[in-house]
Amino acid sequence: MKDNTMNEPTDNVATNIEENAFSGQTVGTPLCDDAKMSMRNVNVFYDTKQAIHDVSLDIGKNEVVAMIGPSGCGKSTFLRCLNRMNDTIESCKVTGDIKLEELDIYHPKQDVVPLRARVGMVFQKPNPFPKSIYDNVAYGPRIHGLVNRKYDLDEIVESSLRRASLWDEVKDRLHSPGTGLSGGQQQRLCIARTIAVSPEVILMDEPCSALDPIATAKIEELIAELSQKFTIAIVTHSMQQAARVSHRTAYFHMGKLVEVNDTKRVFTNPEHELTEAYITGRFG
Amino acid sequence: MDTSMLITSAFVLMAIAFVIGRARSLAIASDLGGPKALNSLPVYYGTLMAMWSGIPCLVLVALWSVVDDYAIAHIITQELPEQVKALPETELNLVLSLITNIAANNAMGLDAEPYVINSANRLIALQQTSNMALTVVCLSTAMILMVLVWLKISPKMKARIKVEKAFTNILLLCASIAIFTTAGIVLSVLFESIRFFQSVPIHEFLFGLEWSPQMAIREDQVGGSGAFGAVPLFVGTMLISAIAMTIAVPAGLMAAIYLSEYARPKVRTTVKPLLEVLAGIPTVVYGFFAALTVAPFIKESGGLFGLDVSSESALAAGLVMGIMIIPFVSSLSDDVINAVPQSLRDGSLGLGATKSETIKQVVIPAALPGIVGGVLLAVSRAIGETMIVVMAAGLAANLTLNPTESVTTVTVQIVTLLVGDQEFNSPKTLSAFALGLVLFTITLALNYIALMVVKKYREQYE
Ligand SMILES: Nc1ncnc2c1ncn2[C@@H]1O[C@H](COP(=O)(O)OP(=O)(O)OP(=O)(O)O)[C@@H](O)[C@H]1O
Ligand SMILES: [Mg+2]
Repeated sequence: MKDNTMNEPTDNVATNIEENAFSGQTVGTPLCDDAKMSMRNVNVFYDTKQAIHDVSLDIGKNEVVAMIGPSGCGKSTFLRCLNRMNDTIESCKVTGDIKLEELDIYHPKQDVVPLRARVGMVFQKPNPFPKSIYDNVAYGPRIHGLVNRKYDLDEIVESSLRRASLWDEVKDRLHSPGTGLSGGQQQRLCIARTIAVSPEVILMDEPCSALDPIATAKIEELIAELSQKFTIAIVTHSMQQAARVSHRTAYFHMGKLVEVNDTKRVFTNPEHELTEAYITGRFG
Repeated sequence: MDTSMLITSAFVLMAIAFVIGRARSLAIASDLGGPKALNSLPVYYGTLMAMWSGIPCLVLVALWSVVDDYAIAHIITQELPEQVKALPETELNLVLSLITNIAANNAMGLDAEPYVINSANRLIALQQTSNMALTVVCLSTAMILMVLVWLKISPKMKARIKVEKAFTNILLLCASIAIFTTAGIVLSVLFESIRFFQSVPIHEFLFGLEWSPQMAIREDQVGGSGAFGAVPLFVGTMLISAIAMTIAVPAGLMAAIYLSEYARPKVRTTVKPLLEVLAGIPTVVYGFFAALTVAPFIKESGGLFGLDVSSESALAAGLVMGIMIIPFVSSLSDDVINAVPQSLRDGSLGLGATKSETIKQVVIPAALPGIVGGVLLAVSRAIGETMIVVMAAGLAANLTLNPTESVTTVTVQIVTLLVGDQEFNSPKTLSAFALGLVLFTITLALNYIALMVVKKYREQYE
């Protein structure tokens, strides 16, 4: 009996949500004036299966935008559109407009190499190359020919590691393998590697999901610092993390962008009931 | 009952024992409230009983058939007349085989001496007795054991554990057959080599520069006194393997990179098996190809440049061997390249590296240890290859690094030393074992290193 009474309200909410299935119009403030990247009417298909439905969103300059939503709702897919990492998946097709400032990144003549130098990516699992710490960080500057002299390269490596607040931990073993670091250090190494090519935008797909709370705290600190210089889009499953690091939060639901609002607003007074249901933990 | 009948009846007994054992356990269980009361499932009791009744019986048959012949031959020899027993060993053996033949064919050798016919009859009688005895001993052992197990079956009996243990031991036995065989081969090669080194000093063999194993078999024969310096063979082997690897490694590696990184799934699923077909072609066929197509072609094209290429050349053999090894290298490299995590590629691509930069700077370095392991395995394959070299590179033990000349290899010499009429104890024949030992040592070392390298690489991405 007791069980029943406890279950009832939840059931009601769930059915309500199903009934009020999202209309397709994003609520809140998906657009902004000072956009670094702007996406308009983006649809993404895997073969015939549509993973992203008509999403429009702006990411402002020096802004941190968090993307949250239940598993499989298309956060990674959307994020990977922003530097065309989806190109590596044969079946993936993207329509709509995605602009980096004035540059149409899906223009047929657009080369992905300079694009990815401008829009860097940090992945869910730390993936240092099986090279030395130094070579890991120097990898990007080398392939883009950013420097000619060893001295300049040293400088880039040091400053990147410093900005990723890893320098002090590794300065004595720059030439030992990057794979020998701890998970949290590896992830900071990957961040250092990404900022070494001085991108303008950094995309992070659940960068802390493989890390312990201490390493996570370090990375969150880092994100706050990086946002002074870079524009950041971060996918996360931790709502506390979204609340701590981001300026605006975007809530995705089944491939649709339901709500975008100031982070504070989303977590205190969400505009859409789907968002509310998600952040209060009633589903997801 | 002859042996095959006996073995068949042992199996029939096992089947019966299984049924009885199972039924017995069920019967006991039904008094105690069903099969749940048993320690193990009824089949285990059946299996246990079948094993006890069958296996000792079969082992007995096997042992008996080994000992049997010797024992009977011994008795027959003892009973021969004194003057026959005094004959030299070879003649005595002749008499014995005559007796065996007469007994086996049941043909009364008309012209045979009476004592031979007597012995033949005696042999037949002994064999019959032995068979009778074996049948009785075997079947009664099986029955007695069956009854004993039947009596011992109880709900507490840990039949399952015993059966499992027995199966483990049977599997172990099968595994050790391979190991013992290898050990046997190694030991026999080793002993024959030691005999060889008694007539030819080991340093002369390993460091001598001349190889001409022809020896006078009889004292009065004219012929070389034999020179067993194996260096020309080692150099020839290395030369041909090196040529083969210069073909196989780049081609195989590139094929692997293409297949694993660039090819569409459809291309990959068709091309990969096709490449592996190359590995299935018998080496004799490659040998034809080398001797009849490639070698003349090289000779002619060498002629165009004014080079004097002999019609059997290291180059022809090496080239074809290289082609043969391509699938070997490519499929091993393909495996390790595929084992490089996609996240590494994403990381590199995400930094703006192109596909080829990613492959050169991240994928290949990450896969390198595994690739090296694969290449080492391929090298040991090349060193051990015989047919192609026999057919295309010739038999002349020239000490040269010139690929257009005819050379010979360790394996080819082993073959030529052992085919044809040979006196077994001559150094010429024994040298084949010494060569085999060297070959075995080298390939074993290479394989060991390769496996260690590959294993280390595997652990890296656990
Ligand atoms: N390579 C692919 N091929 C086909 N379908 C895919 C592929 N990758 C993702 N999808 C599908 O697209 C949808 C969105 O996946 P995506 O990985 O973007 O979700 P997500 O929001 O990142 O989930 P998570 O929080 O679990 O990472 C899912 O339904 C998924 O099954
Ligand atoms: Mg994801």
